Amino acid sequence: MASDRIVGIDLGTTNSLVAFMQGDTPVVIPGDDGLNLLPSVVALDANNQPVVGNAARNSLIERPERAVYSIKRLMGRGVEDIQEELKLFPFRLAEDMQAGEVLRIKLGDKTFTPPEISALILRQLKRSAERFFGAPVTKAVITVPAYFNDAQRQATKDAGRIAGLEVLRLVNEPTAASLAYGLDKKQNGIVAVYDLGGGTFDISILKLHDGIFEVIATNGDTHLGGDDIDNLLITIALDDIRGDLGLDLRRNAEAVQAVRKAVIEAKIALSSQPSVKLDIELPGGKRYQREITREQYEQLIQPVIDRTVGPCKQAMKDAGLKPEKIDEVVLVGGSTRIPKVRALVKELFRREPHTDLNPDEVVALGAAVQANILGGGSEATENMLLLDVTPLSLGIEVAGGVTDKIILRNSTIPASATQFYTTQIDGQTNVAIHVLQGERELAKDCRSLARFDLKGIPPMAAGIPRVEVKFLIDANGILHVSAREQRSGKEAEIEVRPSYGLTDEQVEGMILDSFDNAEEDFRQRQLIEARAETSTILAALEKGKKSAAWGQLTTDEKKQIAKMEKALVAVNAEEDYQTIRKAIDALNQGTMRLAELMMDTAVSTALKGKNLDETELGEGPTAPHPMAKAEFE
Amino acid sequence: MTKFALTVIGAKPLPEDTHSCWSCGSMRAAHFCESCGKVQPPVPVDYFTFFGLPPKLNLDVPALEKSFYELSRRLHPDLNARAGSQEQEWSLEQSSLLNDAYRTLRDPIKRTEYLLHLEGVVLEEQSKSATEQARASGELKKQIVPPDLLEEVFELNMQLEELRMNNQMGEDDAALIAEIGKQKLSLEAKHEALLQELQAYWKTWDSLVDGGHAASDERAQATSKMVDVLNRRNYIRNLVRDVNAALEE
Repeated sequence: MASDRIVGIDLGTTNSLVAFMQGDTPVVIPGDDGLNLLPSVVALDANNQPVVGNAARNSLIERPERAVYSIKRLMGRGVEDIQEELKLFPFRLAEDMQAGEVLRIKLGDKTFTPPEISALILRQLKRSAERFFGAPVTKAVITVPAYFNDAQRQATKDAGRIAGLEVLRLVNEPTAASLAYGLDKKQNGIVAVYDLGGGTFDISILKLHDGIFEVIATNGDTHLGGDDIDNLLITIALDDIRGDLGLDLRRNAEAVQAVRKAVIEAKIALSSQPSVKLDIELPGGKRYQREITREQYEQLIQPVIDRTVGPCKQAMKDAGLKPEKIDEVVLVGGSTRIPKVRALVKELFRREPHTDLNPDEVVALGAAVQANILGGGSEATENMLLLDVTPLSLGIEVAGGVTDKIILRNSTIPASATQFYTTQIDGQTNVAIHVLQGERELAKDCRSLARFDLKGIPPMAAGIPRVEVKFLIDANGILHVSAREQRSGKEAEIEVRPSYGLTDEQVEGMILDSFDNAEEDFRQRQLIEARAETSTILAALEKGKKSAAWGQLTTDEKKQIAKMEKALVAVNAEEDYQTIRKAIDALNQGTMRLAELMMDTAVSTALKGKNLDETELGEGPTAPHPMAKAEFE
Repeated sequence: MTKFALTVIGAKPLPEDTHSCWSCGSMRAAHFCESCGKVQPPVPVDYFTFFGLPPKLNLDVPALEKSFYELSRRLHPDLNARAGSQEQEWSLEQSSLLNDAYRTLRDPIKRTEYLLHLEGVVLEEQSKSATEQARASGELKKQIVPPDLLEEVFELNMQLEELRMNNQMGEDDAALIAEIGKQKLSLEAKHEALLQELQAYWKTWDSLVDGGHAASDERAQATSKMVDVLNRRNYIRNLVRDVNAALEE
């Protein structure tokens, strides 16, 4: 059933993508601009309406206070976690933020939480998919960095819900990539996936066994990626500009964004060229010009890419494997295009890494494979099963502020642990539990997930009650807790005070396209799109009638076209988008020969061999592209 | 109720009859129905029973891995994502039980500790967090030095103390570091040898299980021997950890 289509989404720091399984192959669904990558940038337009992607990226330079990028860095984090980020990124927090509250970011004079901003990106992808399928899309698999903690995962799941998507599974990005790779290479062995993206780094080591993808160990850094290289280059450029030109641009948001754009372009160019020239126009007409050689650049970024070494070694140690035991290494993430990164990986794992799949797309393709498996599978995914692990240990705070680990990192998920609690004074009816995530010995050094109050324990002498608390990490890497008092058999009531994140009620209030309205919203958008297409095709037909080609048509053909044109005009006012589409399709078919004739007369011999898309004949009636540009809001 | 970083699941009632499939009524296998393939509600069993194994310590790990994979293909939530919500919960619980059981049984030490736990033995907690906890709460933790190690440990502790002093003063004593390194290697060799010693007791234990000696003295003797080996092994492991920490300082 069309409405059961499950898409795979890579919600990236820099770019986001949506993909699905077309037959035996996962494919990326392009956006309305025809591009596979949707920049993860959100801005408010002049009417305070959110825009996403390339449109938003432009306003990043013109109106930086109305745009935001790299929001993934803030998902599931508190104010105290992001002090470093605030120094390096132009995130503007709401002035009235309270400690312990979910972050709120200012765009213009509105404020949004990170899950809401991510939801706007997800909604854009959802719409691309809906346009592609011609049907509503409500279910998705979304990828997250393997090293994301519980709060970051929960925030991602909430973003999905706000965007009107039921998130069937959160899949770790490197694991998703391995699924995409594994699809056509059904072989057994040990694979390491090195995933250096825009803002996060993951390393995962997997054992492939007859279609089972078993993660043995994972490690990473959720704040390490191409962004860090950009920030390094920006800082150097700004210092240069201050020193050489006497201009302090650090507070000038527009200029900083212009510098950022230029250094990113330079960074990309340096992956294929021995040197690049930076040439940036600055406020006041001055120019900043500088040549950077590959050698200088590689020296600069060495400290950043060296930060990936520790996690790789730890993952191999946790897996109990020496580099020689690893059969294949796969590179994922745009930052692995940097030759120096490839050299580092080669040295670490002592083999040439695989780069057959586009590192920007492979995670989304893998998410589509997982979506297919969850949807019941197909011939291509038969026998495929992903067994992932929890990246961080789960612990409970015990006497002395010490973390008692109850589920160790790299445990296959779902995983569970049971703890028993009792009371310390007679008649005590409540017990407090503090849940932590992390590897450190002391509770204060671990990530606080939540505080629980076990309530309603029957009053008994101290030490008599026996409350069984079960902690379970599900296949998304998200924790669930249940409790039962064993002496009385009563289920203890648990009150959760999450350390970070939105409540259910808050998420409900944020939902963009409510599920109830999904069908109606979809229909409305389709209608608007269909009508827009009607005007496009009618305008094109008017042009066609004035062209020389029109005279070459037979009277009968002209009659047919007129009839179909009339039919389209007649149904265009109707509320059923499918009827309008049918009329558009009919007219398109009917004007096919006209289009051909127009092309014949216009195309010079020099253009022969080029396909229609590349010619400049956008004026004639062309078949409606399933991803045709459409404006709605 | 608020949720977020955590959601709360309630306890689920178990059906009275655990022999027939809840869905088609056929005889169920342990965890899924042989006939219709549906995941069955979990029955509280120990990890050995979960895999249909006797509580023996010599275990065919490749065979265990094979059944882990086979059961994963039946129980994993990804493969039951289209089932009803109750079945999905059972799948989640069954599959976490499967993972917990596999993780415990495939590791020789964890397997032995788990068996001892089933036998009602409480092992001396030697983990670092337990040590820290005891230190923080001012309790004196029982740290029995294995008699055969007394002398060695005494000397090593002196050396470690010296090393820490050196580190504090910023001095470097290469000879001392080399000596400690040598001791560390010897401890690691002992740590390894204890695993072999432990495996010798596995044989004793397994033959008692085969012989059906329920709650016999021999059984108690075998477990107490294994507890002794594990405690010594943990003790050495902690020493090695302390040595590493001192060397890294």
